[in-house]
Amino acid sequence: MTPRKMSLKQKYGAYTRGLDWKPTYQREDDVFPFAKYEGIKIHDWDAWEDPFKLTMDAYWKFQAEKERKLYAVIDSMAQNNGQLGITDARYLNAVKLFIQGVTPLEYQAHRHFAHLARHLPGAGLRVAAQMQSIDELRHCQTQIHTISHYNKYFDGIHDFTHMHDRLWYLSVPKSFFDDATSAGPFEFLTSISFAFEYVLTNLLFVPFMSGAAYNGDMATVTFGFSAQSDESRHMTLGLEAVRFLLEQDEANVPIVQGWIDKWFWRGYRLLSLVGMMMDYMLPKKVMSWGEAWETYYEQAGGALFADLARYGIREPKYADVAKAEKGHMTHQAWGIFYNYTHAAAMHTWDIDEAHMAWLREKYPDTFAQHYEPRYRKWREQAEEGKRFYNNGLPQLCQVCQIPMAFTEVGDPNTISFRVSEHGGDRFHTCSDGCKDIFDHEPEKYAQAWLPVHQIFQGACGGATLPEVLDWYHINQGADNMDYAGSPEEEQWNRWMEGRRPVVPVAAE
Amino acid sequence: MATASLHPGYTGPVRDRVENFNGAQLVYVHWEEHLNFCSAITLPLPPQTPFAALTGEILPSLYAVDPEWAEVDLSKARWMLDGADWTPDPARSLADQGVGHKSLIRFWTGPSATA
Ligand SMILES: [Fe+2]
Ligand SMILES: [Fe+2]
Ligand SMILES: [Zn+2]
Repeated sequence: MTPRKMSLKQKYGAYTRGLDWKPTYQREDDVFPFAKYEGIKIHDWDAWEDPFKLTMDAYWKFQAEKERKLYAVIDSMAQNNGQLGITDARYLNAVKLFIQGVTPLEYQAHRHFAHLARHLPGAGLRVAAQMQSIDELRHCQTQIHTISHYNKYFDGIHDFTHMHDRLWYLSVPKSFFDDATSAGPFEFLTSISFAFEYVLTNLLFVPFMSGAAYNGDMATVTFGFSAQSDESRHMTLGLEAVRFLLEQDEANVPIVQGWIDKWFWRGYRLLSLVGMMMDYMLPKKVMSWGEAWETYYEQAGGALFADLARYGIREPKYADVAKAEKGHMTHQAWGIFYNYTHAAAMHTWDIDEAHMAWLREKYPDTFAQHYEPRYRKWREQAEEGKRFYNNGLPQLCQVCQIPMAFTEVGDPNTISFRVSEHGGDRFHTCSDGCKDIFDHEPEKYAQAWLPVHQIFQGACGGATLPEVLDWYHINQGADNMDYAGSPEEEQWNRWMEGRRPVVPVAAE
Repeated sequence: MATASLHPGYTGPVRDRVENFNGAQLVYVHWEEHLNFCSAITLPLPPQTPFAALTGEILPSLYAVDPEWAEVDLSKARWMLDGADWTPDPARSLADQGVGHKSLIRFWTGPSATA
C-alpha cells in the first residue's frame, strides 16, 4: 500500500506537535528544569504559532542548494586569485574583525540553540531552535571555509578561535555572548533572537556584507547571501518569541522590558566595533555609522517599538544616549585601536585627506572639531618617526569590556566614568547603560574576565608585552602594528605593481 | 537585585579581588583633556608607592609620548580621587591618603588645573 501523501501543513504538524509527548513517570519541571526560574509565565505552549512551517526534508533540500552555489564561488575564488579583486589590502581588516569576532559567536549560537532545542517546554519553539542551531553551525562553517582563502595570503586570521578567547578587544563580543548563554532560555531568546537578530541585525550583517560587495570581496558576499534566508527566519523567531512572552502573561512584560533595555545597550556597545569598521576600515565606504543608525535603528526600531507599545513595551532605555553619541562613537573606537595597534591582530593607519573629507561630510557636527585635530597630531608624530602608541593598558568597562574611551553625552572632552560598590570592591563602567546592567546583577559581572586585569594577575603568559602577544598567538610584526610598513602592504604593492596599467586607459 | 538563578542565593568568585594581584593593587589614572590617550590607564602598584613616585616616574613613563607633557607642571595640577577633590601629599604613600584597590585618579593640567 502506498502511504498517503501528507500536505506540508500536516507534515509539519506531525513533525512538531506529533512528536511531542507529556511525560508520565517524570515531573515536567524535572524534564525542563530551566523553564521557570526566570519568572516567565507560559500558560499555553500550543498558542505558539510557528512563523515558518519548515520541515526537515524541505530544509535539507533548500540548504543543500545554497551550499552548492557557495562552494562553487569559493572554488572559483581559489582558482582565479580572488584576493586580487578587493579594493585594497586594508579592506581585509574588516574580514579579520569578522572572523575573529563574529564567526566564533555563530558557533556559540549553534551550541546554545541546541540547548534551547532540548530545554524549551514547547515543541514548536523547540523545533525552531533546532533548525536555528543547525543554521548557526552552517554559518560558522561556511564563514571559515570562505575566509580560509584569505588566510593563505593575509595576516591575523590564522588562529581566530584562540584569539577570540584571549585578546582584549575580542573579549567584547565573547563576553557579550557568554552573558547571553549563561542566562535563562527566555532571556537568551530576548537577547540574541530579538534584540540582536531582530532589532540590531541590520547594523551587523548589512555593514559587513555590503562592505564586502563594495570592496570586491565576492566570497564574503556569497556567504552573506547564503545566510540571508536563515537570518530572516531568525529575525521572525525573535519577534514572535517576544510577542508570545508578552501575550502569555502580563507579569512577563516588566521582565521582558528589563531584558530589552539591557540587551539593546549590550548590543549597541558591541556594535561600536562594527561602526568603527564601517567608518574606518572600508576603503570604499557604504554608509556612515551615523546614517546606518538613523535608518536601521531610529526609523525601523522606532516603528517596531511603536507597535510593541500595545503590550506595554516602550523604547529601550538609553536609546536617546545612542542617538546623541552617534557622531562620536566610531571615532572614539578607532582611537582605541590606534592607541593599541601593537597589541591587536589587525592594522590601523593614518587617516588620509580623502578619508578626512568623507568623515567631515558625514559628521559635520563632530569630526572637524574633535577628531580631525587628534588625527593630524598623530600624523605629525608619525612623520617625525614617533608614531603614537599608548604605553599603558586601558581601563576596561566591567560590563561591555571596551576600554573606557566613551565620553559624556554633550561633553566629548570628558570620559564617562561610572562606578558601583559591591562586596567592598569598586566596579567601573563606561556609561549609565553598563552601570545599570552591573547593578542589576553584580554577582554575575563581578566575575568578568577582564583582559587587562588578567595580564596584571599574571595569567596571560608573562609580564612583558611580547610574552602576552605570544600567549595571544599574535605573529608579531605581521599581525599587529600599522598597515604602513606591514608585510601585507608590501605584498599588496607587489601584487598591484604588475597589474596597474602602465598607460592610463583611455576614457570611455 | 539578585541574579535570577536556578539555585537561590547564587554568587560567584569576584575575579579581581586585591589578593589576586601579588601584593599590588590596581589604580587607574587619567590625564584629563588629553584624549589622544583613549582612556584611563590601569596600573598595578604596591599600596606603599609614594605619591612622588607616581608623579616623578610613573606618569612621565606613560604620558611623555605626548609632546605637551614636557610643559606640564604636576605640582600645579588639580587632582580628583574616586570622584572627590583631592590634595595629595607627595611624601606620603598612595594607601596613606586614601588610594585603594581600583581607585580612579583623574588630574587636570595647564589652564584647566585652576578652572
Ligand atoms: Fe548566524
Ligand atoms: Fe542567526
Ligand atoms: Zn560599558
